[in-house]
Order: sequence, then C-alpha cells, then structure tokens
Amino acid sequence: MKEIVINPITRLEGHGKIIIVLDDEGNCKKAYLQIPEIRGFEKFAEGRHVEDMPQITSRICGVCPMAHHMASTKTLDDLFKVQPTIPAKKIREMVYNVFMLEDHALHVYFLGGPDFIVGPNAPKEQRNILGVVAKVGKEVGLKVIEMRKNLRKTNELIAGRTIHPVFGVPGGVSRPVSAQEAEEIKKLGDESVNFALFTLKVFKDIVLSNKEYVDLITSDAYTHKTYYMGLVDEKNRVNFYDGKLRVTSSSGKEFAKFDAHEYLEHMAEHVEPWTYVKFPFLKKVGWKGFVEGEDSGVMCVAPLARLNASDGMATPRAQEAYEEMFKTLGGKPVHYTLANHWARIVEMIYAAERLRELAYDPEITDPNIRNLPTATPEVGIGVDEAPRGTLIHHYETDARGVVKKANLLVATQHNSARMALSVDKAARSLIKGGKVDDGMLNMVEMAFRAYDPCHACGTHSLPGSMPFMIYLYDENGALLRTVKRNLP
Amino acid sequence: MDKPKIAMYWCASCGGCEEATVDLAERILDLVKLVDIVFWPVALDFKIEDVEALPDGSIAASLINGGVRLTEHEHMVKLLRRKSRIVVAYGACSSWGGIPGLANVYDDGEFISRAYHEVPSLENPHKVTPQKTTAINGIELTLPEVLPRLLPLNRVIDVDYYVPGCPPTADVTWGAVQILLSGNLPPKGSVIGASEKSLCDECPLNETKPDKVLIQDLKRPYEVIADPEKCLLTQGLLCLGPATRGGCGALCVKARMPCTGCFGPLDRVSDYGAKAASFIASILDFQDEEAIEKVIDRLPDPVGTFYRYTLASSSLGGKARRK
Repeated sequence: MKEIVINPITRLEGHGKIIIVLDDEGNCKKAYLQIPEIRGFEKFAEGRHVEDMPQITSRICGVCPMAHHMASTKTLDDLFKVQPTIPAKKIREMVYNVFMLEDHALHVYFLGGPDFIVGPNAPKEQRNILGVVAKVGKEVGLKVIEMRKNLRKTNELIAGRTIHPVFGVPGGVSRPVSAQEAEEIKKLGDESVNFALFTLKVFKDIVLSNKEYVDLITSDAYTHKTYYMGLVDEKNRVNFYDGKLRVTSSSGKEFAKFDAHEYLEHMAEHVEPWTYVKFPFLKKVGWKGFVEGEDSGVMCVAPLARLNASDGMATPRAQEAYEEMFKTLGGKPVHYTLANHWARIVEMIYAAERLRELAYDPEITDPNIRNLPTATPEVGIGVDEAPRGTLIHHYETDARGVVKKANLLVATQHNSARMALSVDKAARSLIKGGKVDDGMLNMVEMAFRAYDPCHACGTHSLPGSMPFMIYLYDENGALLRTVKRNLP
Repeated sequence: MDKPKIAMYWCASCGGCEEATVDLAERILDLVKLVDIVFWPVALDFKIEDVEALPDGSIAASLINGGVRLTEHEHMVKLLRRKSRIVVAYGACSSWGGIPGLANVYDDGEFISRAYHEVPSLENPHKVTPQKTTAINGIELTLPEVLPRLLPLNRVIDVDYYVPGCPPTADVTWGAVQILLSGNLPPKGSVIGASEKSLCDECPLNETKPDKVLIQDLKRPYEVIADPEKCLLTQGLLCLGPATRGGCGALCVKARMPCTGCFGPLDRVSDYGAKAASFIASILDFQDEEAIEKVIDRLPDPVGTFYRYTLASSSLGGKARRK
C-alpha cells in the first residue's frame, strides 16, 4: 500500500500534515489530517495571576489574539462579578469588529483566496498573496494591504497592540477613545464598508462568474451534512461579541440554544490516539465516530456555520448579502464547505457595518470605561465568536485571584471532526487510478483551508512524554486490540 | 545574479511572528524584490521536500520563531541550520522560550492527564492519549514526541542573531531586515532591530519618573485606575520597563498598562527575571520584615510576573522530570 504525505500543509495558522493512503489500484482509500502541535496552556495557566490571562491566552494564537484576549476579558468580568460600563462594552465590540474584518480579509486575500483568485491548479510558486497581487493588479493589491494596515493600526491604538492586545480588564477597558480618535475611526468605518462590499464584488467577478469554480464549490467532494453552531443575539442574528449559543441541525431546525455557562451540558471532547487535537461534539447526540448526519454529534463552527445557525444579519448590507448567498446556493442550511469563503465575506460586511455604527455612536468617547471589581474571584466562563468559530474560556481561582484550573474550548477544535471528514472525502473523490499531481494535492488542502483553521488554537494543550499505547483498528474503525507501555 | 534566498519557519509558536512579518504591509513587496522567499508555510505552498532539495548553505538567512517543543521542531531547525548561512532567532519564544516556556514549571507527565484525562469537557472513558505511533487501516500514523522541556532555539542549534519581542513590531522587523541585507553584520550573538536602551528611554511617561523610584505597595492592574500622566511604577503598578529592552515604542504603557517585559533583557544581562525581580526589590520602600512579607503576599505569582517570556532560558530551568 502506498502513502502520499503532504507536509507541512500550508496557508493556514499552525502545523499539520495529511496522509493519503492508496489501494493497489492507486485510488485513495483513506486520508488523515494530523495535527502535530501542542503547547500546554491549560496546565501552565495554573499558578498565574488571573488578570494576566487575557495577555497569556492571546499567545495561543497570534492570528486571532483579540479573540482569546476578549473571551478571557469577558471571563474576568464573570469571575469578578463585574459588568463593563456601557461605553467600555461598545469600545470592546467596536475593536472586536475591526479585528474580525482584518482577520477575515487576511484569509480572503492571503490564505484561502489564492486558491480561487490565482486558481487551484496554478503553479505552487504563484498560489499566494504575490500571485493574488499579480492577478488583480498592483493597485488593488496595495488597496488591500493598505486597508488591513489601517485596521490593524486602529486596533493597536485602542487595544494597545494588535498582536497580543492589552486593553482588556475586568469591568471595562484600560483606555478611553478620544474625540479625535473617534473621527479617524468613523472614516475607517466608512472605508471598511466600501472595502467589504468591494471584496464581495471581487468574489462575484472571479469566483461566482466562473462555472468551474461554482461546480467545485457545490460538488459532493466538499459537502457534509452536520450540526452548525454560533453566537446569536436576541433576534437570532449573528453576533461576534456576545449572545447565546445556538445549534441547528443539518435540516436547519434549532437543536439547542444555551448560555455559555451551560457549555458542559452541551459539549464534550473526544480523543483520538493519532493526533494531538481533540474532537468536540454535541454531548446530547453523542460521539458516533467520523460520520455526518443528525445521529452524529459532529458539528461545525465559523462563517458558514454561523450563518446557518442564525436567522440573519443585524446590518442591512450584510443581510442582503446573506439572503443572496442562501438564495443562490439553494436555501438554508448550506452544506458546501467551500461556501465558507462566501460566508466569510458576508461576515466582513457585517463587521464593517457594525464597526461603522459603533464609531458613530456618541457614547464611544465617554470616559467612563471602568467598573472596578470588588467581589472575591471564584469561577468565570466567557465566550465570543473567533473568526474560526466559538471560543470558550473557563477559569477557577483562589481568593487571591490565582488560577487553580483552566479549561479552553477553542474555535478550530470544534471543526476538527468535520475537517477530518472533509480531507478524507476530498482525497477519496479526487485521487483515483494513481494519478496525482501538485494541483490535486492542493485541492485536497482546500478541503481544510476553507475552514481557515488555526491549529495553534486547536492544540493549545500539551501532553508531555509519551506513554506508549498502540491501538489496532479494523477497517470499520472498531478497536481490535491495544498494546500498552509505560501506562498505569 | 540570483537574489538571496530566505526562509521563515515556526516551531511552538502562535503565528503572531508570522503576522508581524505580514504587518510589514507594502514593505513586503519591496522585500520580495530583493530576496526570494523559499519556505514560509503560513503564506507559501513550498513543502519540506523543497527545502531538503536545496544545497547546504544555499539559504542566505532563516528566520525561525517559536520555541523547540517537539522532536519535529528539532528536526526542522537542524535542517534549516544546515541549509542556511545565517540563522536568526525571531521573537521571544525562539530567543528565550516565551510564554509557552512557562510550561517548564510543570513536569511533562502532568500535561497528559490535564489535557486528555482531566479537563471537565472530556468524554474519554478509556483514557485514550495521543501516541507516537498508531496502527490504523493497515498503515502506521506517527506523531512527533514532546521534549521534556521547551527549549529556546540556541539550546538546539547555533544561532547568529536575535530579534526580540512578543512579537517583534513591524518596524523592529524592518530594522533587522535592513541590517541583514546591508552585509554590514554586527558580531555574532547580537540583538538586531531593537533599541540598545531600556524601554523607559522611549516611554512617554519617563519624564514623570523620579531619579529614585520608591514604592510602598504593589497594585495589580485590575485593582486601580492608573493616572495616565504619571509613571506607572510610581503608582505601584509593576511596570518592567526599566529592566526591559526598548524598541516597541512603549505600546502597552500608551494603552495605560504596564510593560510585561516581552522585549527581554538588555545587553550583558543573562537572566532577565532575576534582573527584573532584583530591580523591583530595590525600589520597595520598607524597613521591617513584616511589611515586606505583606507586600510579597500581594504578588503570588513571581514566575509568571518576572519570567513570563524568559523562563526556558533562565538559570531556574524547570521542574525535574518525573522518573
């Protein structure tokens, strides 16, 4: 039996490799996405001053540091039983939307976009941002680069730093927004909406007008029917900063809606011996292995899942784009993994419009930005929607605010089971009769890339020296035998 | 003539160093006019076999971020060392271990049970644990092993230069790139791109800092609203600026939060945490032991405070490995 190894997988955040197993006819029999990465945040969080957690956990991921910083800051609010002031909440949400916009733009133009803008089979030297610039023209390329730069400068201004922010404190933020800064951010908000709508146009012109690409997006090779999860507001519209977690089934019905404090009733994590990433699933459905459908607890998060799990968007242009996407792709829910690219642009429009709304809100410059905590800390749980999906932090401390236990359920993790399904299905659909080339292997990578995964996030934990155990499975995945060494 | 080749790689990193490079923004387009990037997994599709195919010494410089945590990282950095004429430890993790180096306060066996057997969200009745080798479907899947401790890059391979910061800012990165491209290289082991002075030297609040700072209490940042016009240290907030290399432009202080030391030590300081702790001890203004003890009680996590980015390179080392 022959194996093909893609190592490392590229244009994503973090490490990974794909093992493709071929049978004697050269057809892909099975493909695995392995995550060889691990650092141990849950353990070394123990003993730390809890107020340092927003800055420590941001180091789980330098691409989405704001997502961790914010989930952690909200966990501190809960832990110290203190609400942020209204201006502080607005500043947080405004900055959060700046971040969502620039992070999604990174994926559209630098990470995932090259597969469509340059082409899935283009030579590998060209499948990148430089190829994108060559294709769309230097002027447009510079516009994209300039826009991301301005968004990230704004995050730095308000949050202290864009990579690893520092402004989150229990009960508020560390600095106010001045009237002059607000004027600049209003301009940025206006430009952002134009930029997001421009991005939708690029997507329509390059991707949707190309039948080959549309066929690829809607092909069975990249389709799975699973549960979807995302944060929603009181009207079940997408919200990145706060709300309730809503889960819908593959037929589009609401399956559950709950507060993050109840996460342990709804979610559990499964462990496999062949990868460091854990596989969260819906506890009330149960882990049934790597299978799709309503009897399997496998779920999906991030842009497409958020749109599937909601009833709409809270801003007008985003709502239009939301309706157009579902109408074009045959109604809700959409199960095409590659439609994540479109959903991501719908979310860019929402982030830009919400950023603009908040920038024009007069309260954004109110200097009342902190409520000082007085309660003794004990337990806190916080949630937000990272660009890559639902993010939950959970800390327990002693009375001095020293972390005793930490648990983190991280965005990319929730997609890990569906991503494993996606890589396997794409490889089995594409690789036949021993015919394999670089473009085909890239199309296998596209199956995970659409999720915009971050394996640094997914594997924030760390196991340590390996006790040794071999699990032998039959072809149906049933456990035949285990061989142990160095294990109790 | 061919352009010089450069490679960028991540070990146990968060990707922030990659983003810091992307934050060069339009300067990236200038950079690629001058060099060929031959390996950069976050943005380019070159694979390990492409690096292996290059002749030894053919890469002008490799910028490596992240600490060495797994056997795979060890393998990759040795490969890049062999292929490169210059190796740069880029960022805090690669230079001194960084925040993931805090893992060294626990013995590595403790992690397995926490991550895979203990956290409350698990459903793992058979205590399945990731394995070096798993036989499945007629093949063997392998995972890299975890090293007993996280190691800074220079404990594994020879390092020529260091670019500090968690992460280095775009300006610091650009400064370092200019030095590397100039051909006018400083002595081996130099820190490049950042300041040679302490953070205080570039801090907007420096003029409010008295010659001799003395404090009678330590405040944790959530307990007080800091006066934005006054040196944070004089307000009892543990700002580590005096012990820390400058270069970032005092970003945290400008956001009214204390410096946590991510640019690491100044030249000729080998143990950043010891230096920072002894500096803070020297400004505590107390006569009697009881008062000192009371203040120390206000700081229950000295390791996470003083050694947040440098534990893995410090003289403290880490917890001994369980037999």
